[in-house]
This record gives sequence, structure tokens and C-alpha cells, in this order.
Amino acid sequence: MLRTFRIGGIHPPENKLSAGKKITALAVPTQVVIPLSQHIGAPAQAVVKKGDTVKVGTLLGKAGGFVSANIHSSVSGKVNKIDDALDASGYKRPAVYIDVEGDEWEEQIDRSETLNKVCNLSSKEIITKIAEAGIVGLGGATFPTQVKLTPPPGTNAEILIINAAECEPYLTADHSLMMEKGAEILTGITILMKAINVKKAVIGIESNKPDAISLFKHMIVHFEGIEIMPLKVQYPQGGEKQLIDAVIGTQVKSGALPISVGAVVQNTGTAFAVYEAVQKNKPLIERVVTVTGKNVANPSNFLVRIGTPISSLIAAAGGIPENTEKIIGGGPMMGKALVSTEIPVTKGSSGVLLISNKEAVRKPMRNCIRCSKCITVCPMGLNPTLLMNTSEFRNWDLAEKNYIVDCIECGSCSYTCPANRPLLDYIRLGKGKVMGIIRARKS
Amino acid sequence: MLLFAIIVLGGIGIVSSILLYLTSKKFEVYEDPLIAQVQEVLPAANCGGCGYPGCSGFASACVNAESLDDLLCPVGGREVMGKVAAILGKDAGTTEPMIAVVHCNGNCEARPRTNHYNGVNNCTIASALYGGETGCTYGCLGFGDCVTACTFGAILINPVTGLPEIDEDKCTSCGACVKACPKSLIELRKKGPKSRRIYVSCANKDKGGVARKACTNACIGCSKCEKECPFEAITITNNLAYIDYRKCRLCRKCVPICPTKAIHKLNFPPKKEAAAGSKETEKELI
Repeated sequence: MLRTFRIGGIHPPENKLSAGKKITALAVPTQVVIPLSQHIGAPAQAVVKKGDTVKVGTLLGKAGGFVSANIHSSVSGKVNKIDDALDASGYKRPAVYIDVEGDEWEEQIDRSETLNKVCNLSSKEIITKIAEAGIVGLGGATFPTQVKLTPPPGTNAEILIINAAECEPYLTADHSLMMEKGAEILTGITILMKAINVKKAVIGIESNKPDAISLFKHMIVHFEGIEIMPLKVQYPQGGEKQLIDAVIGTQVKSGALPISVGAVVQNTGTAFAVYEAVQKNKPLIERVVTVTGKNVANPSNFLVRIGTPISSLIAAAGGIPENTEKIIGGGPMMGKALVSTEIPVTKGSSGVLLISNKEAVRKPMRNCIRCSKCITVCPMGLNPTLLMNTSEFRNWDLAEKNYIVDCIECGSCSYTCPANRPLLDYIRLGKGKVMGIIRARKS
Repeated sequence: MLLFAIIVLGGIGIVSSILLYLTSKKFEVYEDPLIAQVQEVLPAANCGGCGYPGCSGFASACVNAESLDDLLCPVGGREVMGKVAAILGKDAGTTEPMIAVVHCNGNCEARPRTNHYNGVNNCTIASALYGGETGCTYGCLGFGDCVTACTFGAILINPVTGLPEIDEDKCTSCGACVKACPKSLIELRKKGPKSRRIYVSCANKDKGGVARKACTNACIGCSKCEKECPFEAITITNNLAYIDYRKCRLCRKCVPICPTKAIHKLNFPPKKEAAAGSKETEKELI
């Protein structure tokens, strides 16, 4: 019997159309737009100005605080302007526009393909290198990695959990990366283990990727302390707390961090980025993005430079099919519809999903029939229907008492609701309000 | 047997009533009878527009205040305040009546849609998700959070323009809509003599070109009005003009000069408009 997290969860159709497709490097566009805020936390402060010449890997923005990340140029060329640009958040935020000229890389970056397994750096040096490279959690949450690797005083990491679940339907970016860069990912995991000083790492992977599981089973014998654990396919297994529960069988308390149970969770994509940053001095300037959809001519996994407009990814996958209604940045469950195809790829873009008018329409909302399906599927053990009502009627006290801030916004409740109630929409609203109230109370 | 029951029950009744009487005397809380009187004349809308928790809160504030200068029931207005002043034997306050004003004129024609929103009809939810259905990320979303918030039915979304409109007679300037709007588009401004007022009907802080591209009615921050204003009532911050209603003397010079017609004037008599600019009319208006 395969393990999974113990409460809630759903199993939507997997639709992994681009599984098994090789990663193709996408051509460098003529202009890139690199947002200065691609992560959770303070935006980076621009250190270049209009007219500056930059190379691939040149620092464009310096981290604007402890919870922030450096931003590097993904192309070589000239800075056209620093101006507001529409990004996946749906709002205009500061970004660096670069006109591409040639493809010149910073000298310290090692561009060879050779595997460099040995890392003699200390934990501190590794974390510094990761911070310099601007690495953030590539699973989608984009939390700065160096912060996660620096446990608060008094806590001790015991196990590193690698998230290879990729529980979102359609997405195959991590899966394809595992098939092609397995040794690099495993080296990255070893480096991460050294950084947080643990002896054990477990790769949690869903059983719908048998090829990756068997490949890794062969490979991990060459690496010390790494295990691979196939998990039952269940959404949202990639959620941090869900994965911890699935892998080590311990639940993280409400409001507590994973480190409270001695676990640090990192994504496979992040492990690969860490390998490249530490062993090859390469900052985070490109990532794997899945472009997919039932009507897309050629669903693919692309290696894309950060700042490339989504439109060129779609063009490479065969263009926008007729009757496309929505283009979603990310997966179908947690992704967000994009308002323009000129929005650039950022560190957190894991996929681009094109869905047709038949699938995209939200059905009209009806009254709650008290079936409690949402309560059954909620992986955090919350009461979504109650939380939606507290939000709708602005009863923030009651919302807080019912742990609205624990919601991970996975959307299982909205997905399962037979009355098509927009549960998550309202819960997200209430969560934001309550978090604001809690913050105001603390300060 | 019957007599016994009557004696016992009657006895219990008498003893309890004495106890109740004594307790109520002992723990009596004195309340100024004026508070109840004032509360009677208040509209009992409990809207909180006065800044106090409901009408009873406002009534006790009125009774305890030295003068009624800073106190105004926005719902009842001057009339009710006059009654309150009569009860309390104080002078009625001089607080000026205010009215809600919407700083957006991005109607369907001026502000073409760039995408279609398919979520919950709620401005707060939509604005948490993204900038909106048009190129302007500052403008009205049109799902009517302000309409829901208004307990007086003073705001309605005009189906033609898709924008909220405020009914001057019904608006009590309670400020509920100001709090409800996630884009902070509604402001309480001085109602002005004969409800005449001038304001900038835009909230777009983008640069001129960008703003104009998104909406033809947008303020482009050209600062023509700032230069034209003889009373220094207009300031431009972040490419957006703002008319300070405390300084504005309603001369209307800024209105025709605005290249995008973002400055609106309300309730001015149309005939006099032709003569606007001549000193006589100005004086009359002031």
C-alpha cells in the first residue's frame, strides 16, 4: 500500500500530455522583460540603469531584504528601460527590459555539461552561494531558498524531503527534469543535505511517474543517504505539510513551520538549480516550463530563459488553438488565468495551460446543499463552507477561530463542490483580511 | 390543598419580587435621561457614519461633548443636529455636509476590455486576483461592492457606463462605500453650495501615454490644470491630479482646459457656463 497524506485530497484527471517529451531549449527572444519581484518577500532593488550592457548572469537586482532574492540577467544585451510591466500577478510591477544582443555569458559560469559531484564547501558557503544565485522555491511558491535553509535558532533539521510529487494535473516540468538531469538533481540534494547538515533525504514522488522512479532507484545507490519513496497519486501532495505527512507520517501543527518536526522541504527543480549555482556558478536564469492543453498541437517541456514572453512559448508549442478561452499560468488547480500573452516567464512559472471554452467556463453557483464534500476533501482539515460564509459576511473573528490562515489555497473544495460554490475565492479573500488583522495586532 | 398551593406560590412571588427590587436598587446604573431623548431623534440607522458605534454611541457622545462642533449625524444632517441641539441646549454644530464621489470615469466606451473576468462578482475578490478587465489597473471593476455596502440605496451601477452613480438625495456620507471599494476610488468630499462641486474623475497613476492608451477619459498628469488653478487647489502626484476641496473655490477654470475631460463639474447651471471665466459669475458662485 502506497503512502499518502492522511486527511482529504482529491484525484483529478491527470492529463499529463507532455510526459516523456524531451526538454527543448527555447530560442532566446529579441527582448526580455525581467520583473524585479519574482519571489515572495521584498522586491529586489535594481542595480543597473538604462543603457547598461549586461551579460547572461549579470546581477540586475539585489535582494531587498532578508526574505527576498537576487535577480540576474538571463540574456546578454543592453538595458532598454526599467519600467512597470504586467506580470502574472495581474498588476504592473517594476521590471528590467533588456534588448538581446548575442549570447555572451559571465566568465565565472561553467557552461560545460560534465557532472561535478564533489562539493567541498561548508554549509555557510553553500547557503551564501544559493542566496547569491537568487534561488527560490521552484515548485511555484517562490519562497527564497536561503531563508528555508537557515532554520530559526533553537530548531534542528533532521530530514530533507524532496518534493517530486508534481501533483498538479498537466504539469510535467519536474518529471522531465528528473528524466534528463537525474544525476545533477541527486548531487543538488547532497549539497542541500550538507547545507542543513542532515544525513537523510527522501524523495517523495507520485506513483504515476514509474519511469522516473525506476531511473532514480538505480541512481541513488551512488549517493549516500538518499531514498526514494513512491506515493499514492493524490492532490495536493506537493503541499509542504501534506508531503511531510505522507513521507514521515507526522503532521505539522497549525501555524508551525515544517522545521518544527525537523523537516526541510525542497522541490526537485530547486535541487537542480542549487546544483547549477553551487557547482557551476550559474544563477537562476532559466527554468523548465510545460506548455500544454488538450487542443495544443505539440504539448512540450521547454527550457526557457526568465523574461521570455509567454507568447513565444505558445508559438513554439504550435500556437493558440481555436476556441481557447483561458490561458493559465501554472497548473489547472492552483494556476491563475493570465490577462496577456506578453506576460514574461518568471522563476515561479511551472507551466502554461491553454484550455478550451468548454472546459473554462465556471458553472453558475447554486445554494449549498450541506453535503460536506468540501470538508471531506480539505487536506488541512478545515471547514471550507463555514469559512466561505465567514468571509462573505465579513465575520473575521469567526474566520480566525476556524483557522482560515491555515488554508493552503489548493482549491480541492471548489473542485469538488456539487453546487459550484466559489469556496476558495471567498476563503482567499478572508485569509488575506485575517492575516492583515493578525499582522496589525502583532505590530 | 388548593389554598396551600396558592400560599406557597404567592409567597415565592412576593419574596422574589422583594429580592429583585432590592437588587435593582443596589446595582442600579445611572444613565443620563438625555441620552435616551437624543437617541429618539436620531435616525436609528446604526450606520456608524458618525464615527461612533451606532446611534446610542453617538447620542452619549453628543450629551458628553462640550460643543456639537465636530459632531454630525451624516444621515440626519443639519435637521437632526438642530433637534439634538435643542434637546441639549447647545449650539448646533457647523460641520459641513459631505458627499461620496467616484474617482473613475472609465465607461465601456472609454476603457475597452482586454480580457473577460469569469469569477465571483465581487470587487474585493477580483482585485485580489488581478488588475481588472481593462488595461487600467486603477479603475472601477464594476461588480458593485459599494452598492452592497450602501445601506441607503444611494449607489447604483449604471448599466450603460458600468460605473457606480451616487444619488445625491440619498447619500448620507456615512463612508461605508469608501471602506468597501478595494481600489479606493470613492472619496467623501464637501457637498458644496447647491451641491456644486468639481473633482478629478480618475485614479490612474500610470504615465500619461500608458493611462491614455488604457482609457480615453484618464487623467494623464499633464499639469495644465495645476498651472491654471488660481487658488493652488490642484496638485499632481504620481501622474494624477487631485483637487483639494478645501481650497477649491469652484471657479471652473480647470474644467475646459483638461485635454481628456477628466475633470468633472456637477450641478452648475448650464447657461452660466458660457459666461464662465468672467469675474461676475465667479463671485456669484463663490
